[in-house]
Amino acid sequence: MSRLIVGPFNRVEGDLEVQLEVHEGRVREARVNAPMYRGFETMLVGRDPMDVLTIVPRICGICSVSQSVAAARALADAAGVQVPLNGLHAINLMLACESLADHLTHFYVFFMPDFTRACYSTRPWFAEAQRRFAAIGSVGKSPGVHARQALAARARWFELMGTLGGKWPHTGSVSPGGSARALDRSECLRMLVRVREMRGLLEQTLFGCPLEEVTALDSLRALEAWQAHAGGSDMAFFLQIAADAGLDKLGAGPMLYLSYGAYPQDHGQLALAQGVWDAAQARCLPLDTWRITEDAHSAWLASDAGGQALHPAQGLTVVQPDKPGAYTWNKAPRLDGAVIETGAIARQLVDGHPLIRAAVAARGGTVSTRVLARLLEIARILPMMEQWLMALKPHEPFHAAHTLPDHASGVGLTEAARGALGTGCALTKGASRITR
Amino acid sequence: MTLNVLWLQSGGCGGCSMSLLCADTPDFASMLRSSGIELLWHPSLSLESGAQVLDILDRILDGSQTLDVLCLEGAVLRGPHDTGRFHVLAGTGVPMMDWVRRLSQVARHVVAVGSCAAWGGISATGSNPAQACGLQYEDEHPGGLLGKDFRSRGGLPVINIAGCPTHPSWVTDTLMALAAQQLDAQDLDTFNRPRFYADQLVHHGCSRNEYYEFKASAEKPTDLGCLMEHMGCKGTQAHADCNIRLWNGEGSCTRGGYACVSCTEPGFQSPGHAFHYTPKLAGIPIGLPTDMPKAWFVALASLSKSATPKRVKLNAVSDHLVVTPASRKTGRR
Repeated sequence: MSRLIVGPFNRVEGDLEVQLEVHEGRVREARVNAPMYRGFETMLVGRDPMDVLTIVPRICGICSVSQSVAAARALADAAGVQVPLNGLHAINLMLACESLADHLTHFYVFFMPDFTRACYSTRPWFAEAQRRFAAIGSVGKSPGVHARQALAARARWFELMGTLGGKWPHTGSVSPGGSARALDRSECLRMLVRVREMRGLLEQTLFGCPLEEVTALDSLRALEAWQAHAGGSDMAFFLQIAADAGLDKLGAGPMLYLSYGAYPQDHGQLALAQGVWDAAQARCLPLDTWRITEDAHSAWLASDAGGQALHPAQGLTVVQPDKPGAYTWNKAPRLDGAVIETGAIARQLVDGHPLIRAAVAARGGTVSTRVLARLLEIARILPMMEQWLMALKPHEPFHAAHTLPDHASGVGLTEAARGALGTGCALTKGASRITR
Repeated sequence: MTLNVLWLQSGGCGGCSMSLLCADTPDFASMLRSSGIELLWHPSLSLESGAQVLDILDRILDGSQTLDVLCLEGAVLRGPHDTGRFHVLAGTGVPMMDWVRRLSQVARHVVAVGSCAAWGGISATGSNPAQACGLQYEDEHPGGLLGKDFRSRGGLPVINIAGCPTHPSWVTDTLMALAAQQLDAQDLDTFNRPRFYADQLVHHGCSRNEYYEFKASAEKPTDLGCLMEHMGCKGTQAHADCNIRLWNGEGSCTRGGYACVSCTEPGFQSPGHAFHYTPKLAGIPIGLPTDMPKAWFVALASLSKSATPKRVKLNAVSDHLVVTPASRKTGRR
């Protein structure tokens, strides 16, 4: 038996260490450790409820808007405010802008550079992978041509956020009643042109075909056929590498997927559905957030007296640095006590996209399918953004006033690129303060 | 001559790195290269992982690799009970606090990227559960991890590129200036922020200036009026050039419809009042514009309020222009 401690990991957002116990060449035990603690849950207690709009996005610099949206929705839930249509669309646009950028960053800056490692140097695709995807910041190496192009496109893409939300990350425009930034007609048209500019780049480099051709893929056979004629595209090249490197057999998750759903529409529906996908039974179950718990058993955090994992609304965040057997600062989220997977793959499964459902049914939720789901989501999100931009009605309200009741609680659910995100709060009077 | 940069992250959100990648350039990698900047390692941008990273750190500490700039993004997490265990560098078992302290001794320059690394920032808000502090400050108090007398090998104190997040070009301009050997002690302000951005106020260039002049104030989100009187805006006091050097193309906080929370200032995270409301005493905002005597402000405010044109007054509380400026021939009659 040997013990391996792996880290620091990079090209992820956040800190990660993995401890492995290896026996006869196989991993016997794996401990995934979040080696950093900040204690955000405790920071907000006693503050004015509206302070969440400033503090909560700063939990995460890559899914900052998602944090804002979840926090604003929690307050909107507590206040019972109805967001006007323009506000709905403007917030959807901000969330989609961030989500698409995060997928792009993940693919070009975080994920693909790994295939330029020396251990792949004998593979037939290696030189081309280096040419396209070599890391931006590695001494003595020339950064990949497509990675550089993607980074430039990303920076220009985020100029949408300059208009929609003042800046990115950490906008303050997302409010319980809508967006604080009303848009005029010329701004909407300018943004539409920007979105189409990104469409052009994606269709040329990432997909090698119209986005709609990608979103219409409905089976693995269709994907193979597509790959044959879009061979030069980065997605097709990724599929080639993935097959060769065995990514379609690697990293299958728990076969249970959860999505909070995202992008509320004018008719009250979500553009990406909410629910739980049970891949073993191939069925979609309704989401009941009361069955979610956070297990602190292996964390340097207090558990409740009975050792039960608690619902987030009752959860404790009390540090116990010397807790025996603990190895991480994170609680482990569970659904009915079971491990669940979230992210683009979960969203596309729950929403019923036939390609991702087929891929998971055939090969499980592997690394290959996860990345495919992210790319597919890019192709699905952008056309939605075009529709929302067209649907904005300048001079009609983007924001509705709200008042927070003396005693209230609220929950806000949304999706960040990497997965389901919820914010909950309990408020009391004392000039309306956060108690949890 | 190249300037090599080691970038580490600790108690923060990574948003300053994410913001950096929004730099206004058609080719980020070429921009760094042509300004003589080389990334020795950056958590989001470099290939090296695990043992390869630790090897870079070891070579810096044993002197076989020189280090020109150590950038820290995120606060130093000293807890629990000063052990630093709230952030252990993965794969090492050693608190990040200790890595940063040792690397600071050998780096030619030490740069705090963002308000967390400079003063503790958001990571230190509320009860400061992780005992967060900045590299050389804890809020406005000199000290922090390295102590008020710390000077890096190059002779400068920690350079505080404060902001939450940092503007991409605050960071690139600082690194470019260091690479060009054009950043000296006199280029830093009293909190050791680069003066090229910290000698401005967020108010400068604010697109709501006409409303400010007439104290025509916004009362709710989306209103076009000045955000100072009711909505908590500290743009007249916050040191930064956000409305001159715009964000993500054409943005800034005030242009996004929300108050400046003075995120470049030490202690901004715990202002003692709600961020979104302006605390007042006898109807006068407590936080008056920098360099402005209170009596003058009161006198000018009441005068300008009484002289506010109807257009400015009505537009201030609307989400779009309801009254447009009168068209008049401006040339010679």
